[in-house]
Amino acid sequence: MTHAENRYYVPHDSHWPAVGAVGLLFLMVGVSFWLNGSSPGFWVMLAGLAVVVFMVAGWFHDVIGESVGGMYNQQVDMSFRMGMFWFIFSEVMFFAAFFGALFYARNMAVPWLGGESNNFFTNLLLWEGYEGSWPSNGPGNVGGEYEVMAPFGLPLINTAILLTSSITVTIAHHALQHGKRGLLYVFLAATFLLGYVFVFLQAEEYIHAYQEMNLKLTSGIYGSTFFMLTGFHGLHVTVGAIMLTVIWLRAIRGHFSPRQHFAFEAAAWYWHFVDVVWMGLYVFVYWM
Amino acid sequence: MTSAVIDAHLSEEHHGPAKGIRRWLYTTNHKDIGSMYLVFSLVMFLVGGSMALVIRSELFTPGLQFVDPAFFNQMTTMHALIMVFGAVMPAFVGLANWMVPLMIGAPDMALPRMNNWSFWILPVAFGMLGSTLFMDGGAPASGWTMYPPLVLQTGDAFPFLIFSVHLMGLSSIMGAINVIVTIINMRAPDMTLLKMPMFVWTWLITAYLLIAVMPVLAGAVTMLLTDQFFGTSFFLAAGGGDPVMFQHIFWFFGHPEVYIMILPAFGVVSEIIPTFSRKPLFGHDSMVYAASSIAFLSFIVWAHHMFTTGMPLTGQLFFMFATMLIAVPTGVKVFNWVGTMWRGAMTFETPMLFALAFVVLFTIGGFSGLMLAIAPADIQYHDSYFVVAHFHYVLVPGAVFGIMAGVYYWMPKWTGRMYDERLGQIHFWLSTIFVNLTFFPMHFVGLAGMPRRIPDYSTQFADFNSVASIGAIGYGVSQLLFVYIVVKCVRRQGETATDMVWDHPKGLEWTVPSPAPYHTFDTPPRVTEGATFH
Repeated sequence: MTHAENRYYVPHDSHWPAVGAVGLLFLMVGVSFWLNGSSPGFWVMLAGLAVVVFMVAGWFHDVIGESVGGMYNQQVDMSFRMGMFWFIFSEVMFFAAFFGALFYARNMAVPWLGGESNNFFTNLLLWEGYEGSWPSNGPGNVGGEYEVMAPFGLPLINTAILLTSSITVTIAHHALQHGKRGLLYVFLAATFLLGYVFVFLQAEEYIHAYQEMNLKLTSGIYGSTFFMLTGFHGLHVTVGAIMLTVIWLRAIRGHFSPRQHFAFEAAAWYWHFVDVVWMGLYVFVYWM
Repeated sequence: MTSAVIDAHLSEEHHGPAKGIRRWLYTTNHKDIGSMYLVFSLVMFLVGGSMALVIRSELFTPGLQFVDPAFFNQMTTMHALIMVFGAVMPAFVGLANWMVPLMIGAPDMALPRMNNWSFWILPVAFGMLGSTLFMDGGAPASGWTMYPPLVLQTGDAFPFLIFSVHLMGLSSIMGAINVIVTIINMRAPDMTLLKMPMFVWTWLITAYLLIAVMPVLAGAVTMLLTDQFFGTSFFLAAGGGDPVMFQHIFWFFGHPEVYIMILPAFGVVSEIIPTFSRKPLFGHDSMVYAASSIAFLSFIVWAHHMFTTGMPLTGQLFFMFATMLIAVPTGVKVFNWVGTMWRGAMTFETPMLFALAFVVLFTIGGFSGLMLAIAPADIQYHDSYFVVAHFHYVLVPGAVFGIMAGVYYWMPKWTGRMYDERLGQIHFWLSTIFVNLTFFPMHFVGLAGMPRRIPDYSTQFADFNSVASIGAIGYGVSQLLFVYIVVKCVRRQGETATDMVWDHPKGLEWTVPSPAPYHTFDTPPRVTEGATFH
């Protein structure tokens, strides 16, 4: 089993990339048709999504099999580490686009609509009486009156939850490194359960915003940035929690050794990443 | 698990490629994937080029003759999207796939399955984009920059446009991750970073740029999508958003993107000029620092695309000076290429001809870029044919000539056959003459005030426009000669290439047989002093 120690493992013919491409084709074409108002598109989208999920599961099955089979040497392990690092970096840049939109709208677009800088006449002729202050749903009062999401209720609890989960995942990691499997199972489970609780509370917050605060995705630029940033973050928390759940199931099946457990680390990195993004969100979206 | 173990045994026996279509669908081989990228890019180059010929035919004389204005706008948009994302970028990824493992002594790319996925997403993306030509409301017609609110008037094509851009981004990001990881993690033990060939260096920097900015583009088009379908107000002033904000986000992607399309060409040229000058690359390390500086500066110059769309004066000044700073590292590169040739024993085979034309003609495009960087002057040039002339000079005799040079330079290594040198040189001269005939007159009509993206024009611009159209058709037809030359090589016609191919070129890629075997460098090679330029 260790004969591959000095060779970089280059996998042979895999059908998963092609399956993945077909899945993406159905997913993207389906959602496009659906958005254009053709309802069968919805089912095409779901079919595509199913193929993509099937592909992800099958692909990881192969990779896990190769890993457990001892095909990967240190160099392959390093490739996976670097790949994960750069993937997370690309995710950071994706969020940066939306944070950029928030900063631009808040510090430039909205004040300018209110007449700041050299925009006196824009304000006077187009949006008379509009005072550009944040938060805002714009001079057109798009979406109607709304309440602003306060930082010290659910969001603060959610902050505590995510910070705690970052600690629990670190404890789980140390437990894994020292061979304390019981501790690993408990703290890893605690981590993803905290993640699911976070997502549940986030959903509660959304329901509250929609039903009682009239704060919606359509509530001008404030609603847009609020829901897009927290929404994409919530999606990433969900994905991260699923990743940790899979890692937990694998751990229970006896995978991972104190020295070799890259999948665990990758999921943990991802978890810290969603945590850091949340800190940015909490400060810039909820608090300031 | 068991099957994986069996697979590993098979791989040690060096079995060749699978048969038939499965080879291409399921492959994990960097050479196969590189070839697929290059063929895909060539097809897209011809498709996008045909669209350019529709544009140039319409502009041959004033007035409307062949197409209606709406279709004309679709052609300009699709031409740009296809050439940028379908032709130039995949061609460089194809070159990287083929050459990076060979140049650093790696057995394959670091993540071979993901490599294949990166490629196969592209036909999906461009299938979706191409299908919009047949939809209600036609293909996207807002220009490749997709500015709102105009782009929101796209018909059924709109979500297809957005999601095809998402897919192109996904493909590029995965391709770039693969290139970075390969270069950092897969080098032969004594291939230190500063011993790496320039092509590898420029691709390392390009890959970093790709991972940094493609997600930003994805974010920008996602905002377009939600503005259109889910009622967000990112680019709607009434809701407190700003259409100009799209331009900022787009060009934060878009400016590094132009370096993504030129840095690998710098790398190719930096390989070719030393070989045919029979001298080491002058100032190798300074080339590395120059490319890195260009990459850094590319992040802080984006608003020079937007001088006329409204920004504070201090913003204009900052972006103007930052943009002009890019001339310094670019100048370092140009002078280093010239310095490499200085007193070299030069010969002028086709790759060298393309590389030399690159140096001269790219520099022309660089100079017109400097003119455009000057904010007060840009207000005159903005959205005129001068801009079209500028970016086509850096993209066609720049990026595309870089690709052509690379293909002629490495094709004997890929196919084991020399291309037809006489035909290659004819292709070079036809391309070079026609490309200048096409794009040089655009400087004049642009400075005289002819706007871009308009199917009709004032009669005073007629002469230069007909010259440009003749040039475009000539350039387009000459590329069929290129296709013929490539096909001949691929079909194993022509002289057999030696392993070295050229006169003692440096680099590990010339130490493997021609054509390069299906698997190379299973064990890392020794990097001898003679194999590098140091």
